[in-house]
Amino acid sequence: MIADPEQSAARVQGEALARAGGRENATRFEPAEPAEGLPTEPLLIELSRPGTPGHQLRGHDVPRADFDRRLQRSALRLPEIGELDVVRHFTHLSQRNYSIDSGFYPLGSCTMKYNPKINEDVARLPGIAHIHPLAPDETVQGALGLIYDLERLLAEVTGFTAASLQPMAGAQGEFAGMLMIRAYHQARGDFQRKKVLVPDSAHGTNPATAAMCGFHTVSIPTDASGDVDLERLKAELDDTVVGLMLTNPNTLGLFEKQLLEVTDAVHKAGGLVYGDGANLNAILGIVKPAEMGFDVVHINVHKTFSTPHGTGGPGAGPVVVSDKLEPFLPAPVVVKRADGSYALDDDRPQSIGRLSYHGHFGILARGYTYVRMHGPEGLRQLSETAVLNANYLRSLLRDVFDVPFDRTCMHEFVLSAKRLKAASGIRTLDIAKRLIDYNFHPPTIYFPLIVDEGMLIEPTEAESKRTLDQFAATLKQIAREAEEDPELLTLAPHYAPVRRLDEVTAARKPIIHW
Amino acid sequence: MPTFTQLSPADREEMLRSIGAGSVEELFADVPAQARYPKLDLPPALTEMEVSRHLNEIAGQNISTKDWPCFIGGGAYNHYSPAAVSHIMGLPQFYTAYTPYQAEVSQGTLQVMFEFQSLTCELLGMDAANASVYDGASAVGEALLMAQRITQRERAVFAGSLNPHWQAVARTYVSAREVEVATGRVFVEDGQLHEERLLDLVDEHTACVVVQQPDFFGHIHDLDGLAEAVHERGALLVVCVADATSLGLLKSPGEWGADIATAEGQPLGLPLQYGGPWAGLMACRSEHIRQLPGRIAGQTTDADGRRGFVLTLQAREQHIRREKATSNICTSQTLLTIGITAYLSLMGPAGLREVAEQSHAKAAYFASRVPPGYRVLTPEPFYNELLLACPRPAAEIRSTLVERHILGGVPTEHGLLLAFTEQNTKAEIDGLIQALQEVAA
Repeated sequence: MIADPEQSAARVQGEALARAGGRENATRFEPAEPAEGLPTEPLLIELSRPGTPGHQLRGHDVPRADFDRRLQRSALRLPEIGELDVVRHFTHLSQRNYSIDSGFYPLGSCTMKYNPKINEDVARLPGIAHIHPLAPDETVQGALGLIYDLERLLAEVTGFTAASLQPMAGAQGEFAGMLMIRAYHQARGDFQRKKVLVPDSAHGTNPATAAMCGFHTVSIPTDASGDVDLERLKAELDDTVVGLMLTNPNTLGLFEKQLLEVTDAVHKAGGLVYGDGANLNAILGIVKPAEMGFDVVHINVHKTFSTPHGTGGPGAGPVVVSDKLEPFLPAPVVVKRADGSYALDDDRPQSIGRLSYHGHFGILARGYTYVRMHGPEGLRQLSETAVLNANYLRSLLRDVFDVPFDRTCMHEFVLSAKRLKAASGIRTLDIAKRLIDYNFHPPTIYFPLIVDEGMLIEPTEAESKRTLDQFAATLKQIAREAEEDPELLTLAPHYAPVRRLDEVTAARKPIIHW
Repeated sequence: MPTFTQLSPADREEMLRSIGAGSVEELFADVPAQARYPKLDLPPALTEMEVSRHLNEIAGQNISTKDWPCFIGGGAYNHYSPAAVSHIMGLPQFYTAYTPYQAEVSQGTLQVMFEFQSLTCELLGMDAANASVYDGASAVGEALLMAQRITQRERAVFAGSLNPHWQAVARTYVSAREVEVATGRVFVEDGQLHEERLLDLVDEHTACVVVQQPDFFGHIHDLDGLAEAVHERGALLVVCVADATSLGLLKSPGEWGADIATAEGQPLGLPLQYGGPWAGLMACRSEHIRQLPGRIAGQTTDADGRRGFVLTLQAREQHIRREKATSNICTSQTLLTIGITAYLSLMGPAGLREVAEQSHAKAAYFASRVPPGYRVLTPEPFYNELLLACPRPAAEIRSTLVERHILGGVPTEHGLLLAFTEQNTKAEIDGLIQALQEVAA
């Protein structure tokens, strides 16, 4: 039984425990059998049988219209499958996935919290799901009002004065933010700033975004306590600095101890501070980024505000800004007129331009629902619980693995398997794969890049103590297995739909379609 | 107790003991004291029942395409999506999963990505596709950046009949690099739309020529010879599709010789959602595969030799290459591509062709009955969209259509842009014609 793995581990071989664990929580694989028993799901094209339509259209009610044959395509090889088999195909494929609804998903930096079901219901209301982005303003007053209100809610939570919901994901929010910073400098006649400072612990999107904005990046090292190295930062601050892209809490899960000194130093050099809001989940109602010297922050609605991650998106990446960046927000902007009605204002001469129609409105409606369900107290308690859960899990694991930065964490923390690797040759990758056998999703591994054999663990506020206890007991069990029977790890996973996959051949000889 | 957490007071105490902290507040000691625990001026929390009512009220203030006949297109189209599509996107093991970083427990996602890439290649007539970008507009921006990387040239030439929203978004994508974008002029002469010859705008600095097919005004161009002419000048041809149902019937970008092809995926079974989330399809010739942005799934085998799928060619991506990545894109639209893959599986080649033929036939029916005072400016052949010259400013006409409970198109400089799909019945179109007649004066 998985109920008390610690105790079970004492009397059962790890192998047997894993098998039992796999069955106990067998919500994701059907059947919950060792991998060799799982059939592979055919490709759609292999299921295709000519003459079996999956959907029937009503007949023409207007005369057919001819088309010049020269404009018509030669062939179209789409699958032909009946509706039942289409539904089964996708159901089978979904069962080959791990998901939040089926188990613990402590993927650091991704905030895999519970996605409340009410979000999905509201997003499917016809007045949310079936409105056209170019519909006349007078027919979409509810949508414009929701955008207007959500902008203000997000600005209040972060301490800023204005927002744009246009960015469709965090990376596009970064892009919008850095374009606004660029526009700010240029509007002041300052064209020499080309250098963006990025801590070495940052997400890869930060330097990639800076490059898209025509800047070059300088990496700032992390000091021994896990903070930005303030002296090295200061050494780079000159009149060519665009600004700093900073994640806080940072990707080690630590709140920058010298944050005010850091932002102050950047401002003194004439730069602005971009805040990557990936880790906002730790600080709702705890502290407002605007009050710590950030000039613009993007918000990952799919992380902090519970909208589903959807196997890799859709996300939403609104930006919140201070007064000095407000003129540069993406256009159009939703405005409220004197009579209480809403309209789109495209007359924004200093705007960085357009990124989308109105952002990922279907996602924003979900995020709005979530914010409204919490209120000020609820948001604060949410972040407090996320931080409590992370620190508790950390307290259970800090003696089992290396703790590169041994201090109170925020909503996530980093462990390292460096010592274990030296002793047994077992790598973090092996631990991750073995966690799969116990029906847990592995944490983020090998990120941030500055931690050897790192595991970034983010439990979120949504998990129960029982789940955290089970996860910690399982990691301890795996650490024991690493010493006693390392093959259990190096050959893991044993109980997944597939065994380890050959990524090298996949990249060398890419097969990317049928 | 906040919503969606599961700790009892006893749990909290026990957890704090394990941590060695006296209170939760102690955990925030690194947060500057003067800024800690600010006041949040937010409305009070609503229960699920209250928030459900509130959101129903908001939704009720919007007119959906289920309420009134919809003739709005301009980049998003009101096609029918079979019920199964929404249910497949609603499978919890899809929508509550994330990026397939751990391939062994993400085979469902990875296989759909592979299937989606295969369908994208087939639809667009190209060799290689990624697993999507944000939408059709950002796909144009990414295509432009990709063409610049391939040709090592900076300038772009846009057809004047390229969707203006896409043009605006693509310009934002290259705005920081101060790229010159030349746009062909569109004008009305002899009662028809005309466009400046694009090749006249191409010079030795031009990375790509970007055209939309069918174009923003619905016209289907004969692109024969364009690719060759563009290549002779050392540039690439980018062909972009707005209403991807047209690919059930019309020549693909690949057949017209495109080097890079993009499409808006929304018409393939995705709800309009006031502009998103949708998905952008993006494909290229095989020699450019390593310049594609975004995620790509590849087929491989596992340790037992079984077929499996992984994220591949990751050396293009931001988490590996950082500032040298092909794009900063990370989280994108995978769930939407699951919907598109399901839609295309259900429709099959005959179903998609039928959607295309009916959408075109509806537009043709309207064009044959244009009321007095109006004139179709879009030259033949057209697909399912028409630019209509009006006796009064197009915005005014649209407002009067709203009074008659019709979502009546997109106003432009030259007239009202009307779109038709298989969902528009003959009776709806007759109603539109009558309403236009009434509001002409």
